[in-house]
Amino acid sequence: MRVSAVKVYVPRDSAACSVGADEVAERIAATAPGVDVVRTGSRGMLWLEPLVEVQTPAGRVGYGPVRAEDVDGLVAAGLLDGRLDESGHDLCLGPVDELPWMRAQQRVTFARVGVVDPRSAADYEAHGGLVGLRRALGMAPEDVVAEVTASGLRGRGGAGFPTGIKWKTVLGASSELKFVCCNADEGDSGTFADRMLMEGDPFTLIEGMTVTAHAVGATEGYVYVRSEYPDAVAALRAAIDAAHAHGWLGERVLGSQLRFDLHVRVGAGAYICGEETSMLESLEGKRGTVRPKPPIPALEGLFGQPTVVNNVLTLGSVPAILADGAQAFADLGVGRSRGTQVFQLGGNVARGGVVETAFGVTLGELVQTFGGGTASGRPVRAVQVGGPLGAYLPPAQFDLPMDYEAFAASGAMVGHGGIVVFDDTVDMSKMARFAMEFCAEESCGRCTPCRVGAVRGVETIDRIRAGEDRKANLVLLGDLCDLMTDGSLCAMGGLTPMPVRSAVKHFAEDFGVDDLRADLEGAT
Amino acid sequence: MEHRGERGALLPILHAVQHEFGYVDPLVEPILADALNLSTAEVHGVVTFYKDFRREPPGRVTVAICRAEACQAVGADRVVTHAEASLGTTLGGTTDDGAVTLNEVFCLGNCALGPTVAVGDRLHGRVSPARFDALLGDLR
Repeated sequence: MRVSAVKVYVPRDSAACSVGADEVAERIAATAPGVDVVRTGSRGMLWLEPLVEVQTPAGRVGYGPVRAEDVDGLVAAGLLDGRLDESGHDLCLGPVDELPWMRAQQRVTFARVGVVDPRSAADYEAHGGLVGLRRALGMAPEDVVAEVTASGLRGRGGAGFPTGIKWKTVLGASSELKFVCCNADEGDSGTFADRMLMEGDPFTLIEGMTVTAHAVGATEGYVYVRSEYPDAVAALRAAIDAAHAHGWLGERVLGSQLRFDLHVRVGAGAYICGEETSMLESLEGKRGTVRPKPPIPALEGLFGQPTVVNNVLTLGSVPAILADGAQAFADLGVGRSRGTQVFQLGGNVARGGVVETAFGVTLGELVQTFGGGTASGRPVRAVQVGGPLGAYLPPAQFDLPMDYEAFAASGAMVGHGGIVVFDDTVDMSKMARFAMEFCAEESCGRCTPCRVGAVRGVETIDRIRAGEDRKANLVLLGDLCDLMTDGSLCAMGGLTPMPVRSAVKHFAEDFGVDDLRADLEGAT
Repeated sequence: MEHRGERGALLPILHAVQHEFGYVDPLVEPILADALNLSTAEVHGVVTFYKDFRREPPGRVTVAICRAEACQAVGADRVVTHAEASLGTTLGGTTDDGAVTLNEVFCLGNCALGPTVAVGDRLHGRVSPARFDALLGDLR
């Protein structure tokens, strides 16, 4: 009898590959030709990438960060023999599931990411895939909607709208043709969880969308992926082909009456297409300009038909909710923020990556306990939560719980769960200027407060930075922020004031107005 | 025109044109308009709305430096300044020898391992000015 080959896991995730995972995988295959090298997603411990794992009787043992030139030494030290104790190698981390970073998380949506081979349908099923879809197909559509409503799942793209209520509207709309659209236009700086799920476990997204199609009566689906994510596009397309081949998509899904066809569409470098109505315009082959609401997409969405638009992580949470029941999901979290959120730590952070945990974890726990503070070793001065439209917060706010309502009450937002860390060398007036510059660059141009307001915002902040009548210009900036917040058609212009105002509020000294703090708080 | 039967086919077609020719020649616009029963203005509007679609041929290699917040937090501005000086072109420009087109991009989804630079479709993390030169060295 032949002894089965040693299995070594090396991520194919594009972040891991950005620091050499491909070269490591090639080196292992060349050094030890009998070894079975499996390319996975990333576990999300990005500071340890490339993270190599070896299957042993004690579980998967990790080594990292591994460079291609480390491979020969690791193999000589017993990497492939699973001799964890004897190896005594500096890069040996021990069993990956036992690492404190992993043990402290509650992985629901990301349970399989970094574990499975994202190209293998068999691996997906072996790790609990399709359980949720099979259960859903045995239920009436309205019962599936009720289950998702009971779970408390809210839109993970940033708006936090209750998913079940959106689905109920689409289910109740009568039309021959309905669509499920996945918003995978993850353009917020500091967010990469959508990408990692699509690259590391694309079948979960496909399963979630198929459950959605059954729940609302849709027959056609689109995943709108930004063009900056070519690896995610390739992973999804391969998984969709495999799903078709296995009867998980197309006519009679898993032998049921459900027909569901799924397509990938690639964006073209427009941040605004992450706004749902712009995304629908783009899917229709048009300029990605924002549509006024109403009508809401649930009733008149893609090509005027009833359409579910959900984020990758929202749809990616659905299979687990159906598999384990609404209660298990609802038992996690705080207040009206139920379940887990996939937080992403980026920027100047010592241990960056993905932390999936129940809502209620504090900002400080994420930045300090998980993140380990800054990568530069300097003090943390600011963190931006929720992408380019999210607030800048100082360490004094680190006791804030990650909770939609608690953040809103503090003039901030959880958004898509991205947290970008800055050390004490950051100039916050420059970051405020960048927020306006970004809005000016990415505005779709449909409404004046956003299109013109952002340009005026850059000019006004430039005058403040130049020391030109600071007090009057800060009052003007406050007025402009009010106008953009109240008068913009969508969140692009409506939320750009959030990073600007929070920077002025918490870091007034960077605007040269230390002594004017009281006046400013009145103005903003 | 394998995309003709798709719903809202213009973007997939424009991507295919650019993939094939490296850019979307303005001469293509009336042809696509005719095939899709759109006005030339509609096609022109779409081509010019999206930053991805180039209207003239790019350099042999396209390099994009992330300028979004997470990469700024770890020194992306220094990489941009260095790249512009080292290549002798500004963001959006192409080197005189036609070798490299230098672009900015807002987020490549590699926010924990910045500064991030894409060379073609390939991502590179933790790119210092020195590493930038090393990456580009083989391409010049």
